[in-house]
Amino acid sequence: MIQMQDVHKKYPNGVTAVSGIDVKIDQGEFVYIVGPSGAGKSTFIKMIYREEKPSKGVILINGVDISRLKDKKVPLLRRNIGVVFQDFKLLPTLTVFENVAFALEVIEEQPNLIKKKVMETLDLVGLKHKARMLPTELSGGEQQRVSIARSIVNSPKIVIADEPTGNLDPETSWEIMSIFEEINARGATVVMATHNKEIVNTIKHRVIAIESGRIVRDEQRGEYGYES
Amino acid sequence: MKARTFRRHVRESFKSLGRNGWMTFASVSAVTVTLIIVGVFFVIMMNLNKVASTIEEDVEIRVHIDPVAKQQDQQVLRKKIEQIPEVKSIEFSSKEEELDNLIDSLGEEGKVFKPFEQDNPLNDVFIVKAKNPTDTMKAAKKIENLEYAAKVKYGQGSVEKLFKFIETSRNVGLVLIIGLLFTAMFLISNTIKITIVARRREIEIMKLVGATNTFIRWPFFLEGLWIGLLGSILPIALVSSAYYYAYDYLEPKLANHFIKILEFNPFVYQVACLLILMGALIGIWGSMMSMRKFLKV
Repeated sequence: MIQMQDVHKKYPNGVTAVSGIDVKIDQGEFVYIVGPSGAGKSTFIKMIYREEKPSKGVILINGVDISRLKDKKVPLLRRNIGVVFQDFKLLPTLTVFENVAFALEVIEEQPNLIKKKVMETLDLVGLKHKARMLPTELSGGEQQRVSIARSIVNSPKIVIADEPTGNLDPETSWEIMSIFEEINARGATVVMATHNKEIVNTIKHRVIAIESGRIVRDEQRGEYGYES
Repeated sequence: MKARTFRRHVRESFKSLGRNGWMTFASVSAVTVTLIIVGVFFVIMMNLNKVASTIEEDVEIRVHIDPVAKQQDQQVLRKKIEQIPEVKSIEFSSKEEELDNLIDSLGEEGKVFKPFEQDNPLNDVFIVKAKNPTDTMKAAKKIENLEYAAKVKYGQGSVEKLFKFIETSRNVGLVLIIGLLFTAMFLISNTIKITIVARRREIEIMKLVGATNTFIRWPFFLEGLWIGLLGSILPIALVSSAYYYAYDYLEPKLANHFIKILEFNPFVYQVACLLILMGALIGIWGSMMSMRKFLKV
């Protein structure tokens, strides 16, 4: 469960990205975050996994106030949150398998469990047969699927995606969305910032619209609501 | 830390050395060049120091005792000199011994002084050493004022200059070595920084999937260590073989002038240990410094 209470964020350079957000996202929800560029979507998302600290307010993740979390505890928080980016962030020198396994290695998971979990996850995203390939040998959509596999291989309760389809063509975007649907169906909370009108209006979920650092709309089964 | 994790860190650190081949080469070269310079400087410094302290040790005050002094007066003078706080030791040398020494030191030509043995014109002498060689002048001044001390000699003028020279060269050497070490550290930290910039994404992902800072730091720590150790091999080989030949060549020549330099064994092993240690430290320091900012996510 994600809960924000009167959250403000002002960057050191004076830019106010978020000014007074109150929101509650329950476990197992699927939420789109929409809004114009520069409205504070990314800051909102970054505060959930403590990439940014709020300047004021409380952010509870499963009951823990992460705005007051010590830096040392941040790694433990992140092990419960999977993050997917527009630009995939894969390591080009590692194979698909190694890229996904990397997430488990660095948290010191048992080697025999690593192999099992990675193969299961690659199966889920439909890339089991390409485990030995390098990211550069894959299409954009496939690379994003590897990145998703990496974010969920540790079975996090929350998956956050910042414009996961931003770099992909429409058809591939649908494939990616069906993976997120599957992840959500398995019980994980999904929070996705997106500019993709088609997707938001077709696969209906809760929509939170952010403008000038405030929530201006919060509807179950909402619409995208902007001209794209 | 689990043994498996440690093995992973070691493996990763070696992989990274190989993957960033040219950067590794550059970093190792930076360490190598620095350590060669520091090593050579250090060897010279230590030997100068050794020579200087031998010379310092040889500085003594010769107190010529007034010929009119009786046995008892000499005893009183001796007591008074011993009471001066700067004085370490005092030795008596009779005028006969003094003449013998003079004749011996002049060799063949000294024989012309033989006849003086009957009618010795020299004085009895107290040979006084100061606790700290640089206090020689002070002690000598105090002795001069004592009764029956006819003449006090310690190489006035030249000794002061020598001490001044030794002190200056020690300080200059120290400043140079410290300066060099700092230059090397910044050079290495910058070189490693470039390899880290290339691995920024790796660190970023590690942080995102919940690796602890300690976990992220380990491979870099080891990488710095390997770079430092690799970088110290050539300097140790160069400095020790150079010293081996220099010692062989210089030692007999300098021995004629009663100057001793440090013996090959154990000095070279001490220098080797020092260079390994320095290499490891600047390698680790450089790598830790350069990744500090990337950990703040």
